[in-house]
Amino acid sequence: MIALIFRDLRIAVRAGGGFGLSLAFFFIIVIFFPFAIGPDLHLLSKVAPGTLWVGALLACLLSLERIFALDFEDGTLDLMVTSPLPLEGVVISKAIVHWLTTGLPLVFLTPFLGVLLGLQNSNVIFLIISLIFGTPALSIIGTFGAALTAGMKRGGLLLSILVLPLYIPTLIFGAEAARRGIQGFETQTSILLLSGVTLLSWAILPFAAASVLRINLR
Amino acid sequence: MSFWEYANPLKFLKLSGTLIPYFSILATITIIAGLSWGFFFTPDDYKQGATVKILYVHVPSAFVAINAWFMMLVASIIWLVRRHHVSALAAKAAAPIGIAMTIIGLVTGALWGQPMWGTWWEWDPKLTSFLILFLFYLGYIVLWAAVEDPDTAADLTSVLCIVGSVFAVLSRYATVFWNQGLHQDASLSIDKEEHVADVFYYPLIVVMAGFVLLFIALVLLNTRSEIMKRRAGAIMARSRV
Repeated sequence: MIALIFRDLRIAVRAGGGFGLSLAFFFIIVIFFPFAIGPDLHLLSKVAPGTLWVGALLACLLSLERIFALDFEDGTLDLMVTSPLPLEGVVISKAIVHWLTTGLPLVFLTPFLGVLLGLQNSNVIFLIISLIFGTPALSIIGTFGAALTAGMKRGGLLLSILVLPLYIPTLIFGAEAARRGIQGFETQTSILLLSGVTLLSWAILPFAAASVLRINLR
Repeated sequence: MSFWEYANPLKFLKLSGTLIPYFSILATITIIAGLSWGFFFTPDDYKQGATVKILYVHVPSAFVAINAWFMMLVASIIWLVRRHHVSALAAKAAAPIGIAMTIIGLVTGALWGQPMWGTWWEWDPKLTSFLILFLFYLGYIVLWAAVEDPDTAADLTSVLCIVGSVFAVLSRYATVFWNQGLHQDASLSIDKEEHVADVFYYPLIVVMAGFVLLFIALVLLNTRSEIMKRRAGAIMARSRV
């Protein structure tokens, strides 16, 4: 499993691995909001948590298709199924790699984008915390969606229609936690609920993803 | 003689063929009776006037929309566990009806909300979770349409239905947490004494029964046509060989 994680990480950071793409996409999405809304920093700081969360969500979505598509095409996935590592383990390591290459870098990028959106330095911390707790859920849910559409030609659009509804609870709790923190309310409840969603997703979705992968590979 | 006998498509076709006329006639009678009772023989609400009567369409369609998803969930689990094709096709057949009922619920709610709340739409937990339910139906139907092999499609959509149920429930509670609502509490409940006044209650029950009958009739009909479609496909494939 660790070997698999390192292999996928190496592939991701290599040229053409698409490592920086979703980050760049996140960056562009977020700086497009001021263009659309207007340069009013006060207003921007109000919509900043939502903007950053939606941006993170879309950036995650963009990179989902790569999770299984390449391995499915060249038959690596078939080897993984026959390997002693259970398919659930493969799914978990794929999701971990997706988080390390997408979710975690997004968290690091957030402080800089927060400045662009007029967030106070002390408030950025709430966004970072909510993203740290929330993005793992985005990765595993997305991995399930990717497993569902693995092997489909033109699965990209379908993938987003399937995955986005599943992102709703994470988005609501995550953005709520960030917003409450920025407005000075207590954030414990929403952070706990957000972590609950994340843990629940990591507990059940590897099994669901592995079962749909088996179906797709039949 | 057990319930599982009707997993045989032929037996199912025969049984549903006999049942559909009864269910459709009963549904027609109860819906017409309930609606005309509700529309013409109940008083207007003292505050809401005649708009209260949209209740007779809104509540039953919302009720069917939610329970159609549960029916799909049960049918999907039966398909995954026992591999009865009829069950998978019944789940597939229920989805378009469920989404239609969701749309009816949303539209009638908006029509009622405009004069009563002064807005077509409000980001209220109940409204939002209904919109989310609509999205889940959409994803389910789209996935059925996207996969070519019927068994694979049935498997994938069943898993999606199960996972979707978990996340639909989660979203439901997330929206409650997110925004305290404008929508009133449950209009009906079995265990508690919290429901609308009796004058409105009895016709509503009749219409709801009618909507459930209508749902059953439509699902049976849709499942039949799915079975026949598949048989026609099989015949065509055979004649090509």
